[in-house]
Amino acid sequence: MRLSYIALGLAVATAAPLAAASAQAAELYIPLFTYRTGPYAGSGIPFSNGMDDYFTMLNERDGGVGGVRINAEECETGYDTKKGVECYDSTKGKHPIITTPFSTGITLQLIPKAAVDKVPILSMAYGLSASADGDQFPWVFNPPDTYWDGASAFIRHAANVEGGFDKLKGKTIGLVHLDAPYGKEPIPLLEALAKDYGFTLKLYPVPGAQMQNQTSLWLDIRRDRPDWIYLQGWGAMNPTAIKEAAKIGFPMNRLVGNWWAGNDDDPRPAGAESKGYLSLDINAVGTNFPAIQDILKYVVDKGKSQVTSKDKVGENFYDRGVLNAALIVEAIRTAQRLSGKKEVTGEDVRRGLENLNITAARWKEIGLENFATPVKLSCADHNGHNLISVVQWDGTKWQKTPETLEPIKDKVLPLIQSAAESYAKANTGWPKRTEACDKSS
Amino acid sequence: MLYREVGQYKSNYAADMAVFPILQDRIGIAVILVIAYVVFPLIGNDFLLNTILIPFLIFSLAAIGLNLLTGYTGLLSLGTGAFMGVGAYACLKLTTIFPHVNILIWILASGFFSSAIGVLFGLPSLRIKGFYLAVATLAAQFFLEWCFIRIPWLYNYSVSGAIEVPLRTFMGIPMTGPTATSLTRYLAVLTIVVAMTWVASNIVHGRIGRMWMSVRDMDLAAELIGIRLFRTKLLAFAVSSFYCGVAGAMMVFLWYGGAEAEVFAIDQSFLILFMVIIGGLGTLIGSFFGSALIYILPIALRLIPANFGIPIRPAAAEQLTFVIVGALIIVFLVVEPNGLARLWQIGKQKLRVWPFPY
Repeated sequence: MRLSYIALGLAVATAAPLAAASAQAAELYIPLFTYRTGPYAGSGIPFSNGMDDYFTMLNERDGGVGGVRINAEECETGYDTKKGVECYDSTKGKHPIITTPFSTGITLQLIPKAAVDKVPILSMAYGLSASADGDQFPWVFNPPDTYWDGASAFIRHAANVEGGFDKLKGKTIGLVHLDAPYGKEPIPLLEALAKDYGFTLKLYPVPGAQMQNQTSLWLDIRRDRPDWIYLQGWGAMNPTAIKEAAKIGFPMNRLVGNWWAGNDDDPRPAGAESKGYLSLDINAVGTNFPAIQDILKYVVDKGKSQVTSKDKVGENFYDRGVLNAALIVEAIRTAQRLSGKKEVTGEDVRRGLENLNITAARWKEIGLENFATPVKLSCADHNGHNLISVVQWDGTKWQKTPETLEPIKDKVLPLIQSAAESYAKANTGWPKRTEACDKSS
Repeated sequence: MLYREVGQYKSNYAADMAVFPILQDRIGIAVILVIAYVVFPLIGNDFLLNTILIPFLIFSLAAIGLNLLTGYTGLLSLGTGAFMGVGAYACLKLTTIFPHVNILIWILASGFFSSAIGVLFGLPSLRIKGFYLAVATLAAQFFLEWCFIRIPWLYNYSVSGAIEVPLRTFMGIPMTGPTATSLTRYLAVLTIVVAMTWVASNIVHGRIGRMWMSVRDMDLAAELIGIRLFRTKLLAFAVSSFYCGVAGAMMVFLWYGGAEAEVFAIDQSFLILFMVIIGGLGTLIGSFFGSALIYILPIALRLIPANFGIPIRPAAAEQLTFVIVGALIIVFLVVEPNGLARLWQIGKQKLRVWPFPY
């Protein structure tokens, strides 16, 4: 009987604040799923700081978006799917206008719920590649690129360096990947490309539990002598891989990480030997942008940021957090314009995302000129498959290279369509799209 | 005061040996069931049902499963997570191949697949004991996890490599998939857990349970009085894995609605093992206590700062939660090394003789 009291008490304790929250003043409630704890915190902290600080800056400088303050509340997930779903359920009562799961595992859980709860998901360059198909996934958005775009851009880079796609014939390309859905994502695309361009694909899976013990794997790599290696890792796996690559003397400029293998702390532990390591990127690095200067002025200097020191601002993942926040804010602005309301709902933001069109001029207007590629989404295309940039580690920080890579779209798009269809087919009763499509404006 | 057994006479052996010999206990169980079946569905929101009660019940069932093996039979297993995974993947395959059969039947049937795998990996238990057996089951954990990641047939060749739970209905009401409400899922989970707990209670109080316990207490003596070790131990593995498998299938189909193989990693095995140890080895109620302490307590702690306006960052709250839960576990185990179930029993005993201390 005592147990039931506890349960009742819990019920009351959880129900009361949820009821109170709905009666608050006008605001845009955005739950931020973050992980500042756990084994992936190293990647999670800078990203979360970037998002937080951009929202705080807008609140301080402009009083929010369109005059409505943003209430960005962090919810700690620890990169744990269970806690992510818990965060989702516990914030649902406060009418979130968008969900940013910041974990492929959590995204997969939430995709089916988005349409039911009418809250769009923005999984920026992570999550399910197939969700780029807006006809099957009206509530899920993953701009600016999918993992398949990333892998194809890597092949284009290799071809550029070798001197053309025909030179790839007979080469060996290795994929060092986390042995989990996230890491295995590029395999079908790379296999298809290997057939088309005649290179040999070698897979080097790293089990999650063995992330920091890759010595034997790199001995295999030394034996196989691949010409290129694409690194699709996360968390502690990346610095370990780069260190091991340096140890066997693998040429750093032929080791290319996808954009989630581009944290400043990935190549840093390997010291000078990691100089030349390349990473794909979807945002610029550094603080040389008016908006980021404003973050320094309004947020960091006033002690309202969680960054531990000022030079963390402008790191690659910090700026990626800013990019994610900027995409959300632009989607809100578009939603405000389309709906004529200041206080938009999840349904409005979905329309906002679908009509998102950030041109180069628009990036300049919001103080982020050349910060990221122009993003234009549509009802059918929730991704954009945009240009991908490349950054190179100079031994102490990332340097942007002039190279921009276009994904090999004619290979990626059919794969996305068939994957989206098979997802819908596997999930019997997957709802047909009923959401009307706005006329592009 | 209320908790007295004065005047409750037992006139036959069966009544004396009943699971709940005291009237107040029976009333207590009835009240808990009424609350679970009537009050919670009426007052519960999605957060209470989906985030607290459904996982609590599922973890309790998994803990019961492990308790049958570790607590009752004395065989230490670290493969719980993998056995749960077998249940989940079996359920996915079954409902893919036979989509028209009721999903609840498949959730229960998937337990048999888990059972079979459990028996296979339980074979070494005849020759090795204690920590050595733990290592053998650890092998099961790693091998099965490898299978979940590497055999695409198991997850229907989905590109994401994750289980994607399809929509299944029961009498027109969605049971699984995104449109299933937390209420229907909660009631399904509750019914399965209540029924299986009842079955487990009957098993452990009967002949099989005594065989298990005698093997646990001293297997040589058990063998001498005519208990066949081989069968008994394998039966324990089979029943235990059955429970874990059903818990795993429920976890993916009635709670998560989709999962990566990572869900069934070694962490899951440890989590369940901790629930069993803290709740109380060799008790069924302890499985519920352990699951509540390990799963619900951190959630409750996390809610405290936000709900009472304490200005603390979520990450700091998370770290504090770890510290507090860790400290509490140590406190509980120091106060009562036999787990929360033993504390509960002592409490009840004290109540019976209250206000006298003896």
